[in-house]
Amino acid sequence: MHATVARTASGPNLRQKLAARGFDAVTLLVLPAAIFSLCLFVYPFAFGLILSFEPKNGGWLANYQRFFADAYLYDTIYKTLALAIPVTLLNLVLAVPVAFRVRLMRHQRLLTTILVLPITLGTVLVAEGLLNYLGPQGWFNRTLMTLGIISQPLRLVHNYWGVFASLVITGFPFTFLLTLSYVTGIDPALEQAGATLGASAWQRFRHIYLPLLMPGFAITFCLSFVQAFSVFPSAVLLGEPAGPTRVISIAAYQAAFEEYDYSMASAVAMIMGFVQLAIVIAVLASRGLFYRGPATGAKG
Amino acid sequence: MIRDTTLGAKLWATAVWAMVGFFVVNLLAMIGTVVTSSFATRWLGTWLPIGWTTRWYSSAWNEFQLGDVLIVTFQVVGVVVLISGALGVTAAYALARRDFPGKRLLVLLFLLPLLIPPITFGIPLATVLYRTGLAGTFWGVVAANLVPTVPFVILVMIPFIEQIDPKLEAAARVFGANTFKLFIHVLLPLLLPGILAALLLVLVRTIAMFELTFLVAGPTSQTLVVALYYAVFAAGVRAVQSIDAMAVIYMVTTLIWLIIALRFVNPTQIVTRAKQQPAH
Repeated sequence: MHATVARTASGPNLRQKLAARGFDAVTLLVLPAAIFSLCLFVYPFAFGLILSFEPKNGGWLANYQRFFADAYLYDTIYKTLALAIPVTLLNLVLAVPVAFRVRLMRHQRLLTTILVLPITLGTVLVAEGLLNYLGPQGWFNRTLMTLGIISQPLRLVHNYWGVFASLVITGFPFTFLLTLSYVTGIDPALEQAGATLGASAWQRFRHIYLPLLMPGFAITFCLSFVQAFSVFPSAVLLGEPAGPTRVISIAAYQAAFEEYDYSMASAVAMIMGFVQLAIVIAVLASRGLFYRGPATGAKG
Repeated sequence: MIRDTTLGAKLWATAVWAMVGFFVVNLLAMIGTVVTSSFATRWLGTWLPIGWTTRWYSSAWNEFQLGDVLIVTFQVVGVVVLISGALGVTAAYALARRDFPGKRLLVLLFLLPLLIPPITFGIPLATVLYRTGLAGTFWGVVAANLVPTVPFVILVMIPFIEQIDPKLEAAARVFGANTFKLFIHVLLPLLLPGILAALLLVLVRTIAMFELTFLVAGPTSQTLVVALYYAVFAAGVRAVQSIDAMAVIYMVTTLIWLIIALRFVNPTQIVTRAKQQPAH
């Protein structure tokens, strides 16, 4: 195609050299989005990082010193982890057997559509709905009392369990749909070979699927964890935002919009990002212990 | 197909379905509670309300200025969809068709806003927007919402563009089409289903995007989900039924678009980015 391009005696010109490396007019199309991302994502992040080292008063580390000296602030890390880790593990443990069942179904669409509802409606609506549904007069407690399982209504809102329930309702479908996409990506021929050789269902799961799915589970865990860790609206509406569900995003929000200390708020946001990153890296690093290689066959 | 016929396998399957059933029943009952309450005259201490009424809808509409809020919501969502489509599709085209140094870094740059939760990058972003005076305005809300949607469109569109044969474009060039004609007559018709799917997903996600809008919105630039949050947050000031009526209006707004979106996309695509799942 470039045969007609006249060559000068000094070899290809700059434009041709760039085109050979992949830079031409088409490549420039990426620029608007890249500039946008730099301005509204990278720049604010860098700005926030620098701002967090420029506290209102005190030395450059004052914000971080204050965070780790004040139990009201550093406790938010434990409180958030105490919510996010059990919820994520529970969601994953529940999602795996369901995904293994659903993969055999012919008509998955109805179930996946129902499950996509809470994700689409969002955390605010789920919190609003659960306030009524799990409340002392709600249908949930009423059913349990009618069945004679409990005699007093359970206290399920404005405490840890309300937030826990909201994270399960929005988190389980998310975890499930991710898990399902990993489980269906594995060639069923591998399992059939195992079955032919006489492996039981548990053996097939333990020795064929589990090793192949471990990397996928690690990623699912990370994405679900990160979602649960940044819980905000339901922790305020369904929890006890001054007590056991004072999660780290509430601390960041209060610093920014109640104390108007953007420097402190940025510091909390950076700590939050750092804790997430640390857990994600730890989980993904352990992925290297498992098998990595081709497992997807010709599907469909 | 492997069939396990032992008693244990059957019990296990039953247990799994019972759990799914429990989850779905609770989910639907939760939504049912909100809908029932919004039509209730008085509902205290009984299974069902004493009487039924629709007056909470008109009172919610007036109390929360839902007319204005809905207009703002649709304006924000419309502008976000258009801009993220324009920026995202062009960038995805470049990333799908060219290999250049730094491409992996660029893809990582576009991946990060989807992996980092909005509240983490939202607080520094809100700080910058407040310093520039953009926060609280319509364009501030649009800008904040674009941060995750532009990368989302890019990552959904890259595999879609990659599967279109570049020979089609070469052929159009041979027959003398300029870039504009190539785009209008060749690429756009081929890409339209993918663009439509990506933009519908952006639409559904932007209506429900709470955190970013919440952090940067002012009184005149609230979207419906933020208005709902404030209503629930200040519960006690107004009748519960009124807030529930607002929640139903929000649900209907979201679900209409979800139903339209589901005609074009697989539900799993709302969660996973671009996994192309062949129909079984």
